[in-house]
Amino acid sequence: MKILVIGGGMGGTILVNNVARSLKDDVKSGKVQLTMLSASDKHMYQPGLLYVAVGKMTPDEMYRDQASLLEPGIQFHVDPVETFMLDQNQVKTKSGKVHSYDILVIATGSRMWPDSIPGLKENAEFFYTEETAVKLFHRLREFQGGKIVIAMGVPHKCPMAPLEIIFMLDDFFKERGIRDKVQLHYTYPIGRVHTLENVAKWAQPEMDKRGITYETLFNLKSVDGEKRMLHSEEGTEINYDMLISIPAHKGMEVIETNKLGQNGWIPTDRFNLNMEGRSNVYVLGDTTNIPISKAGSTAHFEAETVGANIVAMVKFGVPVRKYDGKVFCFIQAGSEKATYAMFNYNQPPDPKAPTRAIHWFKLAYNKLYWISARGLL
Amino acid sequence: MAEKKIIDARGSFCPGPLMELIAGIKMVEIGDEIEVLSTDKGSAAEIPQWLKKVGHEHLGSHEEAGVWHVNLKRTK
Ligand SMILES: Cc1cc2nc3c(=O)[nH]c(=O)nc-3n(C[C@H](O)[C@H](O)[C@H](O)COP(=O)(O)OP(=O)(O)OC[C@H]3O[C@@H](n4cnc5c(N)ncnc54)[C@H](O)[C@@H]3O)c2cc1C
Repeated sequence: MKILVIGGGMGGTILVNNVARSLKDDVKSGKVQLTMLSASDKHMYQPGLLYVAVGKMTPDEMYRDQASLLEPGIQFHVDPVETFMLDQNQVKTKSGKVHSYDILVIATGSRMWPDSIPGLKENAEFFYTEETAVKLFHRLREFQGGKIVIAMGVPHKCPMAPLEIIFMLDDFFKERGIRDKVQLHYTYPIGRVHTLENVAKWAQPEMDKRGITYETLFNLKSVDGEKRMLHSEEGTEINYDMLISIPAHKGMEVIETNKLGQNGWIPTDRFNLNMEGRSNVYVLGDTTNIPISKAGSTAHFEAETVGANIVAMVKFGVPVRKYDGKVFCFIQAGSEKATYAMFNYNQPPDPKAPTRAIHWFKLAYNKLYWISARGLL
Repeated sequence: MAEKKIIDARGSFCPGPLMELIAGIKMVEIGDEIEVLSTDKGSAAEIPQWLKKVGHEHLGSHEEAGVWHVNLKRTK
């Protein structure tokens, strides 16, 4: 049996390691062939980008060699897929190699899409790639005062990032001793400061306490770089000195060009996690069209479900588990306390009061991530 | 006019039905209709308010077995 995993990020890596461990003997005997194709020989800890943007982490600290995270027996190639031939159970890579499969897993992630709004790419700072995070850090270091506006598009990966960056900026300018010269202005697409109601209930007074101003129901329509003015779908305007944006996201270009899903989001069964109409193609992580958070924890729990089902397919010929929509997110509440939200399709989140212990666990997770990616946590 | 697009946001707490709609409305043409399915009562009120503010047309909402169906048309 040939199992082919496309994408060596959070979801793909956990999945392939779980399957390799569960089917160790089958992989060893050659009964099962496990192959991973990725676009990079490096694995990035993406939350690190937030820390890079404020100079608390160097870019190098975000990376590990992908090969070092993989269980023995997994064949790993840095050779991105360019063509999906799903009717033939094959993919073709950049190098021209054709890989056949019995089961395919697509976990190619998502990317920011600054071109989605006129004027955004030319006039905003970003931090969702290494290059943009480093550039933002330099701009923040040189900033002498004025109005910084945060604006976002939807969908975007990591729903906590808007709150995290605004509170980190508050700390950053306090440390630089120029907080009184900087106005931090936060905008959000819906009628409260965060989509999770309980998080919004905590975050809004926290913003008031820190002197962060905010405007809700603000969806960017265009950016006028000359006048330094933002225009919203709702008909309002905001002026800025520096604009920091988390733009709307798309799936990878290869998903779009192969017509697997509009904007790169693959239609995916929310319980079985197979691509709609394709029982031997599984999809996980950011690139699904499931209406839940695009987050590492989502990719993690989906990978556990798909992994268990692939093992069951090999052993029993049928899948055994359904994904219940589970998501877990840490919520940093100021610089010393944190809490978390856990929810699924049926159970709304009910975050408990923030504690120091959870804050320390969150910090530890920055390192534990690498154990998690190996599927051991 | 294209077939009505269904945005199935049942069970979505984060990002939630309104955010799903804000993302999804850009994926249809002006004049196209959308039906949002939501299990969150709040969004049944929140979505029409947003449509009014932005200027899209709310065609009506109803509840069926715990699922809210919000119908709308992209007008701009
Ligand atoms: C600033 C920031 C902060 C974040 N903070 C958090 C957080 O605190 N908590 C949390 O849970 N999540 C967080 N996330 C989100 C999290 O990183 C992603 O949701 C998660 O990595 C998604 O996993 P994935 O496997 O779907 O995709 P990714 O991890 O992005 O991996 C995609 C993989 O696909 C590969 N690939 C791409 N194209 C091809 C191709 N054509 N062929 C083969 N391979 C390909 C890439 O090289 C990559 O290895 C954050 C993200 C950012 C940017």
